[in-house]
Amino acid sequence: MKKNNTGILTVTLFGYAFLYIPLVILMIFSFNESKSVTLWSRFSTKWYHSLFHNEQLVSAFINSLKVALLSSTLSVSLGLLVSLVIVKFTKFFGRSIFKGLASAPIVMPEILLGFAFLMLFVFLEDSFGWPVSGSLTTITLAHTTVAIAYVTAILTAQLINVDQSLMEAALDLGASPVKAFFVITVPIIYPALLGAWLLAFVLSFDDVVIASFVSGPESTTLPIVIFSSIRLGLSPEINAFSTLLILVIACFIFVVSFLNQRQKNLFQSVQPLEEADVDVERLP
Amino acid sequence: MMDNYFYKNRWIKKTLIGIPYFWLFVFILIPFIIILKISISESVLGTPPYKSLYQFLDHQVIQFNIHLENYQFLLSDVMYRYSLWQSIKIACISTFCCLLLAYPMAYYITRQEEYRQTRLLLLILVPFWTSFLLRVYAWIGILSPTGFLNGLLLKVGLISEPLVLLYTPGATIVGMVYCYLPFMILPLYASLNKFDPALLEAAADLGSKPSRAFWQITLPLSKPGIVGGCILVFIPSVGEFVIPELLGGNKTLMLGKVIWIEFFTNRDWPVASALAILMTLFLVVPVALLQRKQGT
Repeated sequence: MKKNNTGILTVTLFGYAFLYIPLVILMIFSFNESKSVTLWSRFSTKWYHSLFHNEQLVSAFINSLKVALLSSTLSVSLGLLVSLVIVKFTKFFGRSIFKGLASAPIVMPEILLGFAFLMLFVFLEDSFGWPVSGSLTTITLAHTTVAIAYVTAILTAQLINVDQSLMEAALDLGASPVKAFFVITVPIIYPALLGAWLLAFVLSFDDVVIASFVSGPESTTLPIVIFSSIRLGLSPEINAFSTLLILVIACFIFVVSFLNQRQKNLFQSVQPLEEADVDVERLP
Repeated sequence: MMDNYFYKNRWIKKTLIGIPYFWLFVFILIPFIIILKISISESVLGTPPYKSLYQFLDHQVIQFNIHLENYQFLLSDVMYRYSLWQSIKIACISTFCCLLLAYPMAYYITRQEEYRQTRLLLLILVPFWTSFLLRVYAWIGILSPTGFLNGLLLKVGLISEPLVLLYTPGATIVGMVYCYLPFMILPLYASLNKFDPALLEAAADLGSKPSRAFWQITLPLSKPGIVGGCILVFIPSVGEFVIPELLGGNKTLMLGKVIWIEFFTNRDWPVASALAILMTLFLVVPVALLQRKQGT
């Protein structure tokens, strides 16, 4: 057994190194003085200064932030409704289609989703004049729909586990079902709601493929700008941006997981997603 | 349950089901019906760049223009078959490499104290929460001819001139393993964590070697995690666009890129739609069914 364990430890260390070394290299070269992101010259923070003066990047960042905030909030509300329906109503017409549709985006490649959304928006604009093609609205609608699938997977797993006797006690004491839901169920699944919201936010903030299809010249999001500038060549400005993003997200995750001691930590609200993917609530 | 009275009210039930159903119907089902329609239309120059499926010739006569040539074209053309083959090959290799790397990692994590497990998993999640695009970008800097890896190898003296690493299928595979590794580790961890180590002790007591116990007990019991993880890695890999575009160069033609080119460069919506339909039918549906079978 002992010999076996060293092998496993080696692979594990290699795995963690594999995950982190590229990010570390990326961050180191953001402080490079020369324009090269591969050959080191001198320490400098000039790329951080130019980053904040890049107007295209800043306005795309604001667009992304708007879309991500709106779509994550919408998708958590709708996703909560979807998982409530799945948990509470065991029989209704087309339940399996409902479950299938709700989880379909998880098993679809992004390129298919992006293409499908664009075709839908072209059709809707032709027929009803809404939503205007290539606007922030279309990006938000597309991101919300994709995120609903992930939110539903997380929340369904959580709702199943909520102790029904608490709900019954509230009802016995005269609370209305709506009040009982918001006073009992929501606080219990609150960490999962937060986790689902964060996941939806990141999915939206990070998406380049779907946004490339449904965005227009007036509504570029941050990943689209980064993607086109990467295609043109490497730039230390992007390294600088990556460094800031990685640090912000890492700090955020550690702070949230530290504060979230009540339910141990953030991870557990993410974990049910994977468990749900594997064996609980996927397709009908 | 007392709240049954509430949820059994017909109107409440209809509203609660109706709102999300309407959303899912409009934004997920209808797009695919539209794609199916476009995929059997004829491509023309103009806006929209396809012919309507039917037109009124006289007052009463309707002419249908159902055009199956798009599918015929896709199935007979060498380039599409090549891109299909390359997509499946690259996705399979990436999934397998992910599994090889993730299994020992997940196994190691489950064997730790609980607080350490949480920390180790958090460390896996941090790169996952940072930008996908930037993780791919990081590899361009490492693999380019003047990049970190070539620089290191030249300095050590293992090679005398830079290797061609970037813009190859190999670079695409490395990028995919890097980006999708957490998707493999988490389901594996979830299924290995439920596993009772007493089973291994029992096997050892009965005289089984650790390696045999692994093949006969640990591996079969972690099968749901393996299947779940492989699906979560395979599906996005097979349709991946960003990674082959940035790391694979022209030599790596994958399905995602072909749809992109047909749509954005050639503006051939019907062919792109037919490709999307074929991809859904032959890649997404079988995997989804496999997953469903696994789940029950």
